[in-house]
Amino acid sequence: MPPLARWLLRRSAQIALVLWGAATLAFLGMRLVPGDPARAIAGGVQASATPAVLDAIRAQYGLDRPLPVQYAIFLGRLLRGDLGRSYQLNQAVGSVITEQLGATVALAIGAMVLGLTLATVLGLLTAGRPRARALARAFEFCSISTPGFWIGTLLLGAFSFHLHWFPVLGEDGLAGLVLPWLTLTLSIAGVLSQVTREGVEHALEQPFALTARSRGATENRVRLRHALRHAALPVLTLSGWALGELLGGVVVVETVFARQGIGQVVVSAVQGRDLPVVTGVVLLAAVTFALINTGLDLLYRLVDPRMRQVAL
Amino acid sequence: MTESTRTHAPEASHPDVPEAAHAPPLVEIAGLSVDFATRHGVVRAVRDVDLTLRAGQCLALVGESGSGKSVTARTLIGLAGEGATVRAGTLAFEGRDLLRLGGREWRRLRGRRIGYVLQDALGSLDPLRRVGDEVAEPLEVHGLATRDDLEDRVIGLLADAGIPDPEERLLQYPHELSGGLRQRALIASAIAARPSLLIADEPTTALDVTVQAQVLDLLRQMKDAGTALLLISHDLAVVARMADHIAVMRAGQVVEQGPATHVLTQPEHPHTAALLAAVPSLDAGPRTATTLAAPVARAGTVLAEAAGSGTGPLLVDPAVSKTGPRSPGAAAGGAVDVVQVRAVTKTFRSLDGRRRTAVDDVSFTLAAGEALGLVGESGSGKSTTARLVLAEFEPDAGSVLLDGEPWSGPRERDRRARRSRIQLVDQDPLGSFDPRFTVEQVIAEALGPGAPVNGSEGGRPEAPGSGVRGGRPFGSGAGARRERVVELLAAVGLDAGFLVRGPARLSGGQRQRVAIARALAPGPEVLVCDEPVSALDVTVQAQILALLARLRREAGLSLLFISHDLGVVRQVCDRVAVMKDGAIVEIGEVDAVFRAPRHPYTAALLAAVPRLDTAWHDTARPLNGPATEPATDRDTKGIR
Repeated sequence: MPPLARWLLRRSAQIALVLWGAATLAFLGMRLVPGDPARAIAGGVQASATPAVLDAIRAQYGLDRPLPVQYAIFLGRLLRGDLGRSYQLNQAVGSVITEQLGATVALAIGAMVLGLTLATVLGLLTAGRPRARALARAFEFCSISTPGFWIGTLLLGAFSFHLHWFPVLGEDGLAGLVLPWLTLTLSIAGVLSQVTREGVEHALEQPFALTARSRGATENRVRLRHALRHAALPVLTLSGWALGELLGGVVVVETVFARQGIGQVVVSAVQGRDLPVVTGVVLLAAVTFALINTGLDLLYRLVDPRMRQVAL
Repeated sequence: MTESTRTHAPEASHPDVPEAAHAPPLVEIAGLSVDFATRHGVVRAVRDVDLTLRAGQCLALVGESGSGKSVTARTLIGLAGEGATVRAGTLAFEGRDLLRLGGREWRRLRGRRIGYVLQDALGSLDPLRRVGDEVAEPLEVHGLATRDDLEDRVIGLLADAGIPDPEERLLQYPHELSGGLRQRALIASAIAARPSLLIADEPTTALDVTVQAQVLDLLRQMKDAGTALLLISHDLAVVARMADHIAVMRAGQVVEQGPATHVLTQPEHPHTAALLAAVPSLDAGPRTATTLAAPVARAGTVLAEAAGSGTGPLLVDPAVSKTGPRSPGAAAGGAVDVVQVRAVTKTFRSLDGRRRTAVDDVSFTLAAGEALGLVGESGSGKSTTARLVLAEFEPDAGSVLLDGEPWSGPRERDRRARRSRIQLVDQDPLGSFDPRFTVEQVIAEALGPGAPVNGSEGGRPEAPGSGVRGGRPFGSGAGARRERVVELLAAVGLDAGFLVRGPARLSGGQRQRVAIARALAPGPEVLVCDEPVSALDVTVQAQILALLARLRREAGLSLLFISHDLGVVRQVCDRVAVMKDGAIVEIGEVDAVFRAPRHPYTAALLAAVPRLDTAWHDTARPLNGPATEPATDRDTKGIR
């Protein structure tokens, strides 16, 4: 078997293990939260369901069985790809997630692309240039130390309420995406741009940069053709972190901007103790992380030929 | 011009200067000064340097690291460095005043008219780009090739630089090439645009001796083809083969310059004499520390440290020293073998799953007080052998004995108590110093916990003359510990002022001294020295070698001395083992092996060593011709 296939196979097994662990933790977590799931299904405490109704619900959802049995049933369903039905929405979890996934993916990918672009431009332009670097550092400091909800609120205040450039709420196509994108972008761009600049500066100090200059290469050529690729390596490593920031940020941004999306789904599911939906979202996050990290590992080898020699 | 500068007779009087001598020189430098603005003030890196280089000639800039050679050369391509202020009476290339060039004009000059070859070809080629792209860059930058013929041009350049299979090599990455091939690729790139001047900055420093000879030959071919060469080196022996003129630099100034033969044979400045004296020689002659230090001491100003190191107090225990210091020669006869290596073999699995034999059926012994040299080129198994002797890993077959007891074989737990008997001195110890430690902490750590000295020494067979190895009645507590560290520092020629220094604030030589003091701390019988002076300037190298020789003589240490440098081995060792492809091809007394090598590989190694006395007009070398480099391709599948 070629090494790459063997590596992918091993990776898949590891991912499966991670998913199992994530599902188990989600299952246990929701059971450990105080309160009665049957009451949640019945519509919460305010719904004041009778004990008979609650019993019926318990029987229907299998909540009266011992925990290990419930766990076994839960795993069995998962293996068949059945995430169950949402307690609150009376809808299959799979379709709840797929309905909302598009909006969130658009948000996250847009922010990632913007963040990487901003970081690359800032890093390339300010590396090794003390004054520009000082300015960029001030920006990065603000970006890193300001929480996402506050950035979002400030952007809303400035551009929506004050300048009326963008809609305050809702899904008005691209215009409605701009401020959420910016909010998420700013939450990751600071760190990414710091790392990019450091990478570029480190590369520019290496002998090969001097060699390139001694060949008559322009400063732009040295930075773009040589240094940037070296800077990409640490940035790639950080992309996994950036993804986590984005997933967390999505929840905040969707709340602040009142947007549809996975973030909203998960907030209401946790509040309503909607176990199947929470589990579904947790698994989705785990799958995303695992796949993206696998992709990053492959990308790493693509960017750095020296990595290809390292055993897979 | 400063007083210390001595210029020999006019160049025209030299027989080897062609008629072109009357044409305007290619490079004309007069009164060049380069200052660097740093946080701690202005550093005057180059002061008042005058140089001339004519077309088709080779000018060598020689000096220790930090003497300003590289900065001087880089002013010619306008890359003296960040924060550099370049001033000169004349700084002209091909009749153009370089001081007036703007950014665009500089770029037109770089790579086009002047090629620049840096040392360390692994770092000087962009590791993330294919070799072909790197070589092609000057052609692209200067628009000298169309997209269609670029590849053919690159193949031609690689072939010209003596790289076999250029069609395949251009698709490879630098790390997939051996050191020699990388250096050739770098040269191919520098000459891609057919420049009239090639600057080569330490072009062979990291290379094995046979590969070095090949690369020097390549440079010589360039020169013979009419390219002027500005060769920078710390090694006068390398320069001796190539240079028409030599300029010796020290502390930013040219202290002596003139025709190569003159500088090499009748040096007038003491620094030149010191550099010449410090070059390790293959010839029989002075090998002991005292005689080695003699020419150094004559150099006075430069090498005060070396001269002083001979007088440093050694930790010779009065009781022990009564037996007298051991004479190195006596060690071989009748003495106990401290280390016995019996038919050890070690294989490693490479990434493609194949097994590679790094050490193949190697046997030797190391007697008490003896110095055994282990020479060979990179990949020959020297370092693996050292690691086996240090019991860093187990041999696949065979065994290693320490003091007659099994050393390989037992569990590490059973070996730990005896670890103090055998210590390692590495090539560059900086990586092994905790950067937050002071020198005192670095050495004190090696003393072991609690007891300051010889707590772990009980019960082992005591070799005579073990002054450094303790035996002194030390008190307990921090005071005694510090006292011991100070003594160890003194033994390596450093004063107590170094106690509070951080490793980063040590020079290369001081660092190696600290490393030796640390190795001495647990009181070893055997020092394994793995290329201990390879990273050092030649004068500092001489000091460290003198130190090792003295420690060995006065403390009765045994040395397993690993080096690719035959001259160094010649100075230090009693016996030498030559390794090739994991096996010892020849072992014997140093004098005998060097005078009359029995194995052809030993003879080839010896012949490839640059010598001062073969000089630059000697064209007969055994390793001429295009690089087949069967040996050097090995580094691509090295151990690590």
